[in-house]
Amino acid sequence: MNSIRILEGGPLATVQDRGRFGFRDMGVPVSGAMDQQAFMVGNLLVGNGLGAASIEITLGGFKAEFLGEACFVVTGSDQAPRLNQAPIENWKCHFAGRGDILSLGYARSGLRSYLALSGGVQVPVIMVSRSTYLRGAFGGFEGRALKEEDILCLGDTYDDPILVFPSGLIPPYSDEPTLRVIRGPQDDHVTAEGMEEFLSGAFEVTTRADRMGIGLSGPLIELRKGADIISDGTCTGAVQVHGNGQLTILGADCQTVGGYVKIATVISTDLPLLGQVSAGVKVRFEEIALLEARELYMRNQFQLRSLYERNRRAG
Amino acid sequence: MSDFQKPRILLCGDTGISVEFGDEIDPGINRRVQQLFRRLKLRQTGGVLGLNPTYRSLFVQYDPWLCSFENLLLTVEECLGPGENDAVGFSEVIEVPVCYGGEYGPDLEEVASFHKMSPEEVARLHYTPLYHVYMIGFTPGFPYLGGLDERLHTPRKQTPRRLVPAGSVGIADRQTGIYPIDSPGGWQLIGRTPMRVFDIRKTDPFTIHCGNSVKFRPITKEEFEQYQDS
Repeated sequence: MNSIRILEGGPLATVQDRGRFGFRDMGVPVSGAMDQQAFMVGNLLVGNGLGAASIEITLGGFKAEFLGEACFVVTGSDQAPRLNQAPIENWKCHFAGRGDILSLGYARSGLRSYLALSGGVQVPVIMVSRSTYLRGAFGGFEGRALKEEDILCLGDTYDDPILVFPSGLIPPYSDEPTLRVIRGPQDDHVTAEGMEEFLSGAFEVTTRADRMGIGLSGPLIELRKGADIISDGTCTGAVQVHGNGQLTILGADCQTVGGYVKIATVISTDLPLLGQVSAGVKVRFEEIALLEARELYMRNQFQLRSLYERNRRAG
Repeated sequence: MSDFQKPRILLCGDTGISVEFGDEIDPGINRRVQQLFRRLKLRQTGGVLGLNPTYRSLFVQYDPWLCSFENLLLTVEECLGPGENDAVGFSEVIEVPVCYGGEYGPDLEEVASFHKMSPEEVARLHYTPLYHVYMIGFTPGFPYLGGLDERLHTPRKQTPRRLVPAGSVGIADRQTGIYPIDSPGGWQLIGRTPMRVFDIRKTDPFTIHCGNSVKFRPITKEEFEQYQDS
């Protein structure tokens, strides 16, 4: 069976897929790639189904050896990838042979890159997903971050790679991103001034940022009553206000229920931008309507499918 | 009014909604949540990716490509209507053995002195009632149990512990619960169960489900150590 050997795991590299759906009622977080767009486009380019497992590489510093022939692509944050020392392009398919070495430097911008491999990473499926959930120590490769000497098996090649550059499908990454949000579920807990502050201010990502949540510091958001609610369901992108008026945006590994007020939710189209923010980055928020958000979502889904179908027909 | 006649639909971004039945912790409100949860789960509507029943609301995650917002609302509306007798009875009782105090319940003494009673009395008041599982959350399999005796309502610890061992049984305000995996936590720990509430190696890793009832059974330290998980 085809495989790769990890030579360096770097600060944090984990196996991720679209996420673990259907177990929320049992308290199991969704997990999955923090930048789903980079993740899905990567899979399409190497000829995988949209949900094949890939490697999410945080910050960079990753190195792996191919133990057989494979097609691969690195998407998301630009971490200066090299194949046998020669720089290679992000978002473009490359071919590797036995003994070839892929190495990543460190992120020049953004935070997470995705290594998609033809056939997908084969790890045991736990609760219908291959995503790693670090806190629960399950999923992915032995429920943990990848490290030196781990050998990851690859599945059988599914389809031919797509050799075009997916220009329309690359998220508009920025070092000062504006995240579009939909109000709610508890926007009625914030004062008019608090909402104004939220939608006009700049917020800096703190060092308390990981796959569970992204802490922000900035203008204090004023609430009508306390920050505590009777715990209810949470999701990736929910903007929580804490007792001290500061914000946390929930990430893919967030717990399934939470007892803090959630004043708004980042739209799914902008979650890839959220997946790329690191400490020190300034973010702003812009309110949009559900209808608008839905149109953006549909357009993107359509384009992903259309890229796939066009290239299938051409091939 | 705390029990809404008609549930409120709250937007959670473009891929989630929360159907809210009230704004308090109440068995009647929770029953309505559980009922909607069961009906939606049975329907298996395409594009509904996740259902999360909580104290007083049901969170629904969906993929708008496969299930439109309108379709979702109509499905929810239909499930809220009259149906066959599928009321949630909290009828299945899960018995959970607990060793109270000592190394397994490091906060038992503190809870006892907070309420000016003996540790034995705290344990007795804790294992006497039948608890309802209102929701599962925080970590995989963590049951939030309602029905704690008023005399045991205790604030959380000022500083949460970095590591609460799996199986720990805790109290926070008017709730009690069991930590299924090692995790940080701020609840007052009064005992521990040798039973695995969450075991990823099992076909069904979860011992306790939403809508179950839980009964604690006191055991000795020796029984704890000899306990074999079935």
